[in-house]
Amino acid sequence: MTTTTTRAATGPRGSTRPATPSGKQFVTFEQANRRLKWALLAPALGFVGLMIAFPLVFTINLSLTDAFGAVNAGSSYVGLQNFTDALTDTRRFWPAVGRTVTFTLGAVVLETVLGLALAMLMRKAFRGMEIVRTILMVPLLATPVAIGILWMLILDPTNGIANHLLGFVGIPPQEFLGSVSQSLPTLMLIDVWQWTPMMTVLLLAGLTTLPEEPEEAARVDGANAWQRFVHIILPMLRTTILTALVLRGVDALKTFDLIYATKGPGGGSDFEAETLNVYAYGLTFDYQEYGLASAVLVLFTLFIVAIVVVLRRRTERSAS
Amino acid sequence: MTQAIRPRRALELSRRSFGVLAAASVLAACSRGPQTASPNAPLRVLAINHVWTQAISRYLPELEERIGRRVTMRMLTADQLTSSFNVKLNASATDIDVMTIRPLQDQMMFARNGWIADLTDRVEDDADYRWTDFQDAPRERSITAGAAVSVPVVTERPALYYRKDLLEDFGGAPATLDDMLDIALELQRRSEGFYGFVGRGQRSGAVTQWSSFLYSFGGDFTVDGRSGIGSPEAVAAYRYYGRLLHDAGPPGATNMSLEQAMPIFAQGKAAMYVDADAIYSNFLDNSISTVTDTVGFAPFPAGQAGSVPHNIPSWSLAVNEFSLLRDDSWEFVRWASSPEMVARLQSEGIPGARQSVWDDPATLASFPADLAEAMRVNAANGVGHDRPEVMQVGRARDIVGRPLVSGIVGEDVASVAADADAEFNDFLVRDNRQQEF
Repeated sequence: MTTTTTRAATGPRGSTRPATPSGKQFVTFEQANRRLKWALLAPALGFVGLMIAFPLVFTINLSLTDAFGAVNAGSSYVGLQNFTDALTDTRRFWPAVGRTVTFTLGAVVLETVLGLALAMLMRKAFRGMEIVRTILMVPLLATPVAIGILWMLILDPTNGIANHLLGFVGIPPQEFLGSVSQSLPTLMLIDVWQWTPMMTVLLLAGLTTLPEEPEEAARVDGANAWQRFVHIILPMLRTTILTALVLRGVDALKTFDLIYATKGPGGGSDFEAETLNVYAYGLTFDYQEYGLASAVLVLFTLFIVAIVVVLRRRTERSAS
Repeated sequence: MTQAIRPRRALELSRRSFGVLAAASVLAACSRGPQTASPNAPLRVLAINHVWTQAISRYLPELEERIGRRVTMRMLTADQLTSSFNVKLNASATDIDVMTIRPLQDQMMFARNGWIADLTDRVEDDADYRWTDFQDAPRERSITAGAAVSVPVVTERPALYYRKDLLEDFGGAPATLDDMLDIALELQRRSEGFYGFVGRGQRSGAVTQWSSFLYSFGGDFTVDGRSGIGSPEAVAAYRYYGRLLHDAGPPGATNMSLEQAMPIFAQGKAAMYVDADAIYSNFLDNSISTVTDTVGFAPFPAGQAGSVPHNIPSWSLAVNEFSLLRDDSWEFVRWASSPEMVARLQSEGIPGARQSVWDDPATLASFPADLAEAMRVNAANGVGHDRPEVMQVGRARDIVGRPLVSGIVGEDVASVAADADAEFNDFLVRDNRQQEF
């Protein structure tokens, strides 16, 4: 049996598209298939594109208006006034920037150090390792709001168990989340408690992929454990650490639910835990100042993008 | 055998039909559908998680039978509710029909935004509804820019909750604010494992309860359209409340709202507590309270200007302007705030806003006798607002609450109050401009 493919007649102007006797063009099967693929994908692609682009464009547009009360109410364009207002606001905006940076740096650095230490401990198999790993993962499974409420109960200055336990070792009762000065450090420690396991998992995954020979060679050359860690393991793990820092850092910058659940609107009575996210939320839902809130969010987005770009460049340089 | 393979006709797709298909997909995705409610569509109520909502939901079958439509009720906390309204009504959502709103917090802004329907004709033209039967203060707070846009269903006053066993030595509940401070300080000095006083201390959250202290010292948030929080009376009220919590209150008071302060009293860790009378049942519930047998209720103590607590509509019903079921929504509001239903709910311990119901002693029978008396006295002396009456209530509360926090942490109140006074005056100018709608 012979099967031959008849080539369709060439269309007008030298086109290779098949033409019907009436002159109407039709596409080949492959071309049709290629178009149909895009046609079928178009709604999903359009939806995803809109979901990313629309809020961004909408927020930028809103940030240039004096929108107040409702976004669908009448508003006027005010140029960059909202950005000027935000950037010259030393009472709420800049302190919020400072707290955002402090919270993120403090929490992520601690999480990285502790995560690396735990990953090193769990690098070699030991008895009961599976149980330890499971227990370590528990904080990751709970929602930040549930964790916030749990820690509020533990740290309640009057009824909480934390002060009860501190009393056993002679430490006077602490206000923890009720104190202006202790709130942010307490929130950082709660964040460390919840997210250190994730850093452990990421870094452990990196550690297991490292070749054993360099470390073995250093051991033979007489390097002690600390020297092997600093001069062999850390440089080889650099890319993994930077990737973990990017992932956790961006997440920590955006922390909202934990702070809102424990400190309420404004991040507390003296705005002591008000980060940029909490500030923008307050401007939107407590003050209904949509124009200013959008400007703060645009600035916050630019801030995050800048950090991600810097960290990514360092990661790429490190990888190369 | 020779077999020609031709492009399949089913896949033949011209440029034009490709474009039509893509455009149709986009249009189908963006189309809004018909803007009339289906006969089977339920009436949707987005409500506060409150004893009123739980009580009314038990009677819903009565209304469903009357309007021939299912009623669904979704309950959220106050903050979640406000956020939901902001998100949904900004998008002109039609999936809410009836809303529970805080008239003193949300109403002016919602009315300005055109989110809540004008009910003036409905409440005034219905003789059986008896609009004038509602108490003056709650009824007046239902009106914004001359239109009745909500109907009050729950009213609230402050109550002085106290431990009868601890205050026995002092002759029972204090009648004046001076006595209350003296007793609280004395009990605190004795250090017997409880605090002399507990109350809200959060910057914004404490403002509503502090308002009764402010009025009883002779002050108000605004005087003749200008800030009143720098007045000597207001400064005295800031100092008094700050000292009460700083010297006789629990640690961490500035992080305390209702959710933190109430359990301290319920667990027997405080001798006195001033908060909304609507929460009294928490102290009579054996599963969460250790003071069920010792809790007493008293009217708000008198200050230099007498006992002047707030008496406010804490929750009201409104109809979503974008609802496709406006008539049925009004039927819900009418039914839920009818004299019969208010009497029924008040008999179950939920204070309403109808004077005829308050005049009927039978409706107060379910309250403890001393609480019923405290509510009656506070209602008679009450002022109809517990926060600044402005458009941007959230920002106003943050400004007004700043000296309050300074007092609680033991800082100098006068200078902070002067600074807040100037800020509040600037705010009032901007807010008045926004009110021109």
